[in-house]
Amino acid sequence: MTAVTPVKAFDEVVAEAQGKKPPRQKVSRKTWQTVVWMVVLIALTALVLYPLVWLFASTFKPNAEFGQNPGLIPDSPTIDNYLKVFEGIAGVPLLRFFGNSLFIAAMAVIGTVMSSALAAYGFARIKFKGVGVLFAAMIGTLLLPFHVVIIPQYIIFNRLELIDTYIPLILPKFLATEAFFVFLIVQFIRSIPRDMDEAARIDGAGHFRIFWSIILPLIKPALVTCSIFAFIWAWNDFLGPLLYVTSPEQYPLPIALRLYNDQTSASDYGATVTASFLALVPIMAFFAVFQRFLIGGVATQGLKG
Amino acid sequence: MTATTPRPTSESGSTRRSAKPAASATRKGGRIPVRPGIKLRERREGLAGYAFLTPWLIGFLGLTVGPMAYSLYLSFTRYNLFSDPQWIGFDNYVRLFTQDPQFIQSAQITLTYVLVGTPIKLAAALGIALLLNYRDKGSGFFRSAFYAPSLIGASVSVAIVWRAMFSAEGPVDSGLSIFGINIGGWVGNVSLVVPMMIILAIWQFGGTMVIFLAGLKQVPKELYEAAEMDGAGALRRFKAVTIPMLSPVIFFNLLLELIGAFQVFASAYIISNGTGGPAGMTNFITVYLYKRAFTDGQMGYAAAMAWILLIVVAIIAAILFRTQKNWVHYAGDNR
Repeated sequence: MTAVTPVKAFDEVVAEAQGKKPPRQKVSRKTWQTVVWMVVLIALTALVLYPLVWLFASTFKPNAEFGQNPGLIPDSPTIDNYLKVFEGIAGVPLLRFFGNSLFIAAMAVIGTVMSSALAAYGFARIKFKGVGVLFAAMIGTLLLPFHVVIIPQYIIFNRLELIDTYIPLILPKFLATEAFFVFLIVQFIRSIPRDMDEAARIDGAGHFRIFWSIILPLIKPALVTCSIFAFIWAWNDFLGPLLYVTSPEQYPLPIALRLYNDQTSASDYGATVTASFLALVPIMAFFAVFQRFLIGGVATQGLKG
Repeated sequence: MTATTPRPTSESGSTRRSAKPAASATRKGGRIPVRPGIKLRERREGLAGYAFLTPWLIGFLGLTVGPMAYSLYLSFTRYNLFSDPQWIGFDNYVRLFTQDPQFIQSAQITLTYVLVGTPIKLAAALGIALLLNYRDKGSGFFRSAFYAPSLIGASVSVAIVWRAMFSAEGPVDSGLSIFGINIGGWVGNVSLVVPMMIILAIWQFGGTMVIFLAGLKQVPKELYEAAEMDGAGALRRFKAVTIPMLSPVIFFNLLLELIGAFQVFASAYIISNGTGGPAGMTNFITVYLYKRAFTDGQMGYAAAMAWILLIVVAIIAAILFRTQKNWVHYAGDNR
């Protein structure tokens, strides 16, 4: 135990003042506690991560082992599942689904970041009539269950003959419909001192100029956080493509997985599990690289995963 | 204006207003003298403001407010997408509550899922946040590990894993059979499939935990020291310091988690192969709404369901906001 916390130092001062010797066994008790702490957390981590480890391990099980061997180690490990899964399903190769998902997610990132940053600047830095009401309305949409808008939205996109295109999935992102992102950037902009934009104003710079050359560079961390979340949410989205994408070669991954899942005769089990695992790989990779941004974003704004 | 404290959304409106005068005061107070041009300036500000908000406004009106109004209208009609909506007054609502046992069941399991699952999830998140907060060193890894499931929990992949893990020959059952408990699969079991869904929800405690952890780091150390000096034990300190200081964060998490839980879809849909089975026990409100609207083409009926859900969510939010003065303490209230 090297770390002397302020609390402990304080304890000792009090103890000395009271004429007691600093309690010696307290150090070993502290060490004990740390060991117990470690053990408890390691056990919890094992429990929490077990489903993911199990998923990974199961991708190497031959089909015959599903329902026979619930454990982690395959009895006769094989990479057949991977070979099979890359061939695809319903005549569409797996990489096509990956490509579709990637395209939708990339567009979601671009749209979300652009529209949310613009709106956030408007809310955070421009004083005009009605901004307070609009801000409250924007926050209100955070609490709105999507159910009340999904049916009319479908009717609208159906009228516009946009079913089986990606536009119903992508267009809302360009219109900043996800209030979380706007709110996150608003909070970030508000934490930036106004000195610089005041100075720029005096020099005659307009709002767009200030937004583009002062604010935008300063809010990069918030934009990174938004991008990652926008990507992951779009990548995971199931209801959207379930409603709007109808032809198999346009399917993003979640809908393609459903194809595997629905057709689960016992013989396809390995492929289903393997495709599921592969669909998670990009997200886990993102998480590994950007976890600082993700957790920071969650911690400061209450953003959900 | 700190961006570091997660605060309930209700508050942010007022923080904004309180922050503004300070900034504009410097401008009004000094450099720029009042002259006729100020009106023009104000108008230009307004124009700029709306210019920045344009994309959001289009989305807000076209994809949120408009559709809300339209779905309210639809909820009083019979509409199947092909013929014109036909006004039937409150028929949809009456039918939902009096002639549709599926809806009643759906409401029951959804409420069970929300009202049982959310408190447990929050308690788990808070408990583990406290555990992590005990020591800084080495807690970063655990924090990341616990957070990971909340990123992927709603995905189709995880639903597939969950189904496999809780199936008759899956690892959960075979683990339990060591203790002599033989379940024979959770997925097909009418009384166990909702608990299984709740376990899936709890598994995603990480996002909430991270917010709690950030809240815990904001609690001033002196408060604990003072309490300790006064002879308060660990439990007492938790009740008298941690809970009150954390109450805004608890409020915020509770509100968002409750609302989020109502919207569970992908996992229920995948686990039941889109049927809502066994015996309707995964027919959560979103699944049922989807089936009615997009499989059966009963748009008006489904819109009525959506509005009932909205009203329930609004009531829950109102109760939370109403009661918050009894248990939520905002820093600065009494300091």
